[in-house]
Amino acid sequence: MRHVFSVAIGPVGFRVGSDWRGPVAALDHLYASYPKPQDGIADFTVRLFADRPWRRVFRPKVMIGGDFVLPEAAPLSLAHGLLAAEMAMNLQMALGQRRYLLLHASAVERDGKALVMTGLSGAGKSTLAALLMARGWRLMGDEFALLDPATGLIHAFPRLISLKNEAIAVMQAAAPGGMFGPLLADTPKGAIRHLVPDARSVAAMLEPARAALILFPTFGHEAATREVAPSEVFVRLTQASTNYVALAERGFTALTRLVAETPARAIDYPDTESAIAQVEALWASL
Amino acid sequence: MGVAVDGYLLARALLDPASVASLDGAGWQALLTMARAELLSASLAHRLDGIAKPAAAQRFLDDAKASCHQGRLVALWEVEMARRALGDLGVPVVLLKGSAFIAAGLAAGQGRFVGDLDILVPRAELDRVEAALLGAGWEWVKPDPYDDAYYRRWMHELPPLIHRERDRMIDVHHTILPLTARPTPDAGALIADSVALPNGLRILNPNDMICHAAAHLFADGDMSGGMRNLWDIHCLVDDFGAAGLAERARRHGLASAVRRALRLAHALYDTPLPEGWTRSSGDDGLYLRRLTARDGWGRQTRPVTRLGFYVRSHWLRMPPLMLARHLWTKWRKGAG
Amino acid sequence: MATIYRAASPDSLIVVPVDLLTAIYHRASGQTHLMASPAPEILETLADAPLDAEALLAKLRADYDLLDADPAALIARLDELVETGLVERR
Repeated sequence: MRHVFSVAIGPVGFRVGSDWRGPVAALDHLYASYPKPQDGIADFTVRLFADRPWRRVFRPKVMIGGDFVLPEAAPLSLAHGLLAAEMAMNLQMALGQRRYLLLHASAVERDGKALVMTGLSGAGKSTLAALLMARGWRLMGDEFALLDPATGLIHAFPRLISLKNEAIAVMQAAAPGGMFGPLLADTPKGAIRHLVPDARSVAAMLEPARAALILFPTFGHEAATREVAPSEVFVRLTQASTNYVALAERGFTALTRLVAETPARAIDYPDTESAIAQVEALWASL
Repeated sequence: MGVAVDGYLLARALLDPASVASLDGAGWQALLTMARAELLSASLAHRLDGIAKPAAAQRFLDDAKASCHQGRLVALWEVEMARRALGDLGVPVVLLKGSAFIAAGLAAGQGRFVGDLDILVPRAELDRVEAALLGAGWEWVKPDPYDDAYYRRWMHELPPLIHRERDRMIDVHHTILPLTARPTPDAGALIADSVALPNGLRILNPNDMICHAAAHLFADGDMSGGMRNLWDIHCLVDDFGAAGLAERARRHGLASAVRRALRLAHALYDTPLPEGWTRSSGDDGLYLRRLTARDGWGRQTRPVTRLGFYVRSHWLRMPPLMLARHLWTKWRKGAG
Repeated sequence: MATIYRAASPDSLIVVPVDLLTAIYHRASGQTHLMASPAPEILETLADAPLDAEALLAKLRADYDLLDADPAALIARLDELVETGLVERR
């Protein structure tokens, strides 16, 4: 592969091989402050390739390959090459991660304790995590939180924060000094822009934290808070985990323990200011 | 430099675990990625147990073992559920391939990633087996009458069944090669000479397992996954030796396939060859080239060699007239 | 001869109560089940020895004070447990 990029994100090392320079240049730039994989050996390999030699140049289509792939996945345009790389790395985690139980959740940390936010796409997990980061919380991740079955601790996986549509402007206002990636217009999910986790979050990425609150945020309703019963938390977390089944017994014991030991709340929020206020209030009350 | 990054890198590590001492970071990366692509990562992990290696390589291999272990669990459960569905029929049910290796605790089962469950039953009992499986929650994958008729008439197995709750497939064979293929193994002998397991299910006897693996290495496709298949054969020969293998292979019309398979396993993994067997022959080199066509990024290489094998495999499966008719009908229906 | 029901051995199960429900991990299958009464109680009762439906119903009534135990409902629960593989019919 002509162009190669590698990075360690939390405890996981990746390498990305690409037929084009563009995506690798973007990754090099945005992940410049991150370390490289330990021993120079990546846990997962991603390939961005042209399925026909002429597709490298003429109306290039980026096919996603690597250790773990989805058959018949649609290629992306070269303009969205960075997105393809991020998606591909997520896919490796979703299909291949075996050491940590993956929670489809964002996570932030304060005073050694983690706030884990989970829910359907569009619920605002990424945006809330980014806003809390701007307010001084340490960002652990916006897409996956890693649960260590051996210790019950949450490990950080701080890849580029993926902001969509309206959230882009919100974060540009909230984090004016932040490092943003290029604006990727017209993706299948609308406009996307990546925000690099701040220096503090990157520096602390190998420090785990104990989960102190599991939050289920829902956007677009009047502000409300309710407790969530452990059985509901258990079901929602298994549904939200791509590797729960693959982790077998370790996954079960890790998740039942997390659910038994961690308070859970659901919040409805009309706007992000309200959400932040609700989060801070809940956190203070624990 | 001069170190080939093709399948031989993986073969050498499996054959001689101590040889990995000379690998640098890039070498390890290539080896691990290639092993994963060839579904040999867990086998490699077991072979390299106790060998000094970088921490990141150890983690990669530990993950492979964890993956394999869970897959093994799921595969053994499918075996158990098949036993519950078929155990009272009084029909011999013979486990095939990976499921057989792990159910019987064979060396070939260590580090083996197992896919669907394959079983072999007498052709005369197919209807009863089919009915029992349907009654226990399995259902057809593709309800297409043409494909169904084709399958039942010519293939060596029932059309694929999948369990409606567990979402796992079972393939019910009545012989080990398609009825349209040239070698015609002795299905009756396979079953008659099978070996019982404590749970009442059966596995092929060792020579038949080797014959089966060899048959599929060459008849099944363009030989992708061949390194893994040959590793299975290597483990079987290591476990059981090859006494009586030549004669058994002749009985199934698989002498040529078995001899070639063992020569190739010998070339890759130093599998011991029986006395008097030729070490290498004519186009073995071409086969080895195809088998080792994998690079350090996990990609399949050598496209021209691969294409040659793909065309050849269809030729083996179906007489030309039938192939033409089959493809024409599929084209007319807009399938594929 | 009445059908005998046999449950997966207690060693093969990890049972964790989660508020009103019970989470059960079945080691042999790798499957996780979230169950409501009387399923966990059925599994516990059958753990001692395999039983037919009538004997099981009697034991459940005695051990767990089930007042409105309905034989048909019990058969339905047992059928569900057989589908999951946690119970086997002999």
